[in-house]
Amino acid sequence: MKKFIKEKGIVIPLDRANVDTDYIIPKQFLKSIKRTGFGKNLFDEARYLDKGLPDQDCSSRPINPDFVLNQARYAGGSILLARENFGCGSSREHAPWALEDYGIRCIIAPSFADIFFNNCFKNGLLPIVLDNNIVNSLFEETVPNEGYELEVDLTEQTILKADGSVIKFEIDCARKKSLLNGLDDISLTLLHADDIKNFEERWKQKSPWLFT
Amino acid sequence: MTGKTLYDKLWESHLVKDLDDGNSLIYIDLQYIHEVTSPQAFEGLRLAKRSPWRSEANMATPDHNVPTTTSERAQGVEGILDPVSKIQVKSLDANCTEFGINEFTIDDPRHGIVHVIGPEQGRTQPGMTIVCGDSHTSTHGALGALAHGIGTSEVEHVLATQCLQQSKAKNMLIKVNGELGRGVTAKDLVLAVIGKIGTAGGTGYTIEFGGDAIKALSIEGRMTVCNMAIEAGARAGIVAVDDKTIEYLKGRPFSPSAELWDQAEAAWRELHSDDDAYFDKIIELEAIDIEPQVSWGTSPEMVAAISKNIPDPAQMENDAKRGNYQQALAYMGLEANTPIQDIKIDRVFIGSCTNSRIEDLRAAAAVVKGHKVAESIKEAIVVPGSGLVKAQAVQEGLDKIFTEAGLQWREPGCSMCLAMNADQLGEEEHCASTSNRNFEGRQGFGGRTHLVSPAMAAAAAVAGHFVDVRDWT
Repeated sequence: MKKFIKEKGIVIPLDRANVDTDYIIPKQFLKSIKRTGFGKNLFDEARYLDKGLPDQDCSSRPINPDFVLNQARYAGGSILLARENFGCGSSREHAPWALEDYGIRCIIAPSFADIFFNNCFKNGLLPIVLDNNIVNSLFEETVPNEGYELEVDLTEQTILKADGSVIKFEIDCARKKSLLNGLDDISLTLLHADDIKNFEERWKQKSPWLFT
Repeated sequence: MTGKTLYDKLWESHLVKDLDDGNSLIYIDLQYIHEVTSPQAFEGLRLAKRSPWRSEANMATPDHNVPTTTSERAQGVEGILDPVSKIQVKSLDANCTEFGINEFTIDDPRHGIVHVIGPEQGRTQPGMTIVCGDSHTSTHGALGALAHGIGTSEVEHVLATQCLQQSKAKNMLIKVNGELGRGVTAKDLVLAVIGKIGTAGGTGYTIEFGGDAIKALSIEGRMTVCNMAIEAGARAGIVAVDDKTIEYLKGRPFSPSAELWDQAEAAWRELHSDDDAYFDKIIELEAIDIEPQVSWGTSPEMVAAISKNIPDPAQMENDAKRGNYQQALAYMGLEANTPIQDIKIDRVFIGSCTNSRIEDLRAAAAVVKGHKVAESIKEAIVVPGSGLVKAQAVQEGLDKIFTEAGLQWREPGCSMCLAMNADQLGEEEHCASTSNRNFEGRQGFGGRTHLVSPAMAAAAAVAGHFVDVRDWT
C-alpha cells in the first residue's frame, strides 16, 4: 500500500452533504475487474453532462463547467474538503480507488460513513475528521482564495495553513502506523496465525455445527 | 455488574485477541461473495501466492449485474448480452473454481440475491460473524448474527486470514413499542426510523432492533429492517433470537441436524441482550404513529408519511438542511408542499435484497389482484429474490396475478435496485421502488427513486401515483 506521510496540495471544496458512493463512482464503472483507472469517472454524473459508459474516452465528453473539479483553479488538487457523512451508501472500494486514482490523497470533513472511512485506510488515503466550525472556516478561506493550499503532516497530526497557523487532528494510532509505513494488513494479521488457529480450535469445540 | 448486549456477546465470542495498537482481531465464520467486489480480492490472493484460510467458510453467487429477462437468462452465463458484465460473472465462476469456493451459479435453481439465498439455504445462522463486500450484509443480523459490509481489501483479508482487524462499535437500541397498524410494514417501520435518526444517526454503532413491534415481525420482516440499518449509518443491525428464529432455521439445507441441532439451538437461545445491558444510546418509537412511508428526496432520510406533504425547505432549521432539501427537490423535479399522494409514477420496481422475499411478493400480489397497472406506467417489474422464491410464488399463482395485472415477471437478481444490468430508469422518470437507496442516479442516470413497501409500490402501479394502501379495497 502507498504510504501517507505528508501532503501539501491545493484544496478542492465540495460543498455538499451526504455525498454517497454512487455519487463518487456510479455503478456502471464497477464492472471492471481491476483496481485502477477509475479516476476519470470520479463524480461522473456531476462532472460530465452526458451519461458515462465504461471504457469510454472521457476527453471528448461535455463537461459541467459549474462542477468544482472542472474549474481550472482546482486542477491538480490533492486535498478534498467535504461536508458531513461523506461516503455514505455502499461498501464499494471503487470509491476510494477513484479518489486515489484521480490524485486525491486526503479528505477533510466533519464526519464520514463508517465503511468508506475504513476503506480509505486500505488505499493510502487519509480521511481527517474536523469540527464542523473548522470545516466551515476552511470552506470560507478556500473559495475566495485561488491556489489555496494546506499541508497535512500525519506524523505530527497537523494541518498547516499558508498563514502559518496550525490545526491539530486526531487519528487512531493503528491506522496512523499503517498509513505511515504503507503496511500490508494481511501480512500483519498472519503474524498472529497461531492465535487464529488456537481460537479456531476452541471455537470448533464450542460450536461444532459451524465446522461441518 | 452490568449485563451484556447481544452485540457485546457476539463480539466477545469471536475475539481472537486484542492487538496492542487498540484494534482487535475478530474471527469471521462466513463470508458471502458476489461478482462485483471480489475480482480484485482474488487477484490480490494470486499476486501474493496466498490461498483461502478456510475456503468452505465462503459462499458465492453472481447477483449484481445478472440480467433478469427470461430470454437473456435462458442460456446461463453465455446468454448475458453485456460483455463487461459477462466477464465479471465468468471471473467469479473461475475464481470460485480455482479457490474451491461453493458457488450458486447463474443457472443453479437456488441462485439469487446473496442476502436472500444465504438465509434461505440456512447458511446464515445465529451467533455467527458474517461479512460480504456489500453494505446490505446487515440483513443477516435479523437471525441474531453479527453481519456487516466490508470493502474489497477486507474481502481479501478475510479470504486469507479468516479474520478482520476491527475496533468495537458502540451499542444502540432502537425500541419500537406497540403494534403496527394494518397495512404498515417492516419497510415503513425502518424508513420511519431512518427519517427520525437520519442517515448518519447510527454511524459508529451496532443497532439492535427490539420492542414488541419488532418481536411481532416475521423473520423476513426483520431482514427488511436490518437490511436498511446501513441506511441509518450503522454497519450492522441485529435482532435477538426467539422462537421465530429457531423455527425459521429448522430443516434448511445448511442448518445443523440431529444432535448438532440440539446443541446449536441451546446456544442460539442465549443470543439476546441481558435485561440490565448497557446501551450507549436508546431510541424509542411508538408503532402506532408509523404510517406507510414514501421517500421524496435523494437520501433515505428524506421520507414522509403517505398522508403528508413534501416538506418545505423554507421551514428547515438551518441553512445546510435547507440547501440539501432544495438540491433534492430540484433533482427530483418536485415542489415543496405537494401532497405525497400527488406524486406521479412512471415505473415500478418490486425486488431487491430489501423486499424480494415470498412475503413481499404475496403482499404486492394481494394489492394488484383483479386490477390493472395504470396506463401511464411505462413498465412495472417484479424481480423475485431467488430461484426458490420464484418457484414458491409460481406454485402459489402469484406470477399469474402479476402478469394478468400487467406487471412483468422476471428472473432473480439485484436488478433495478442499483441498475448495473439493463433494468434502469430513464432520465427524470419517477419510480416506486421497494429497494433501499434513492441516491441521485442510483437506478439510472437522472432517474428519480421513491422508496416504499411492496404493497405501496403495487398500489402505486395500479393508481399511477402514490396512494394510501390502508384505504385499498
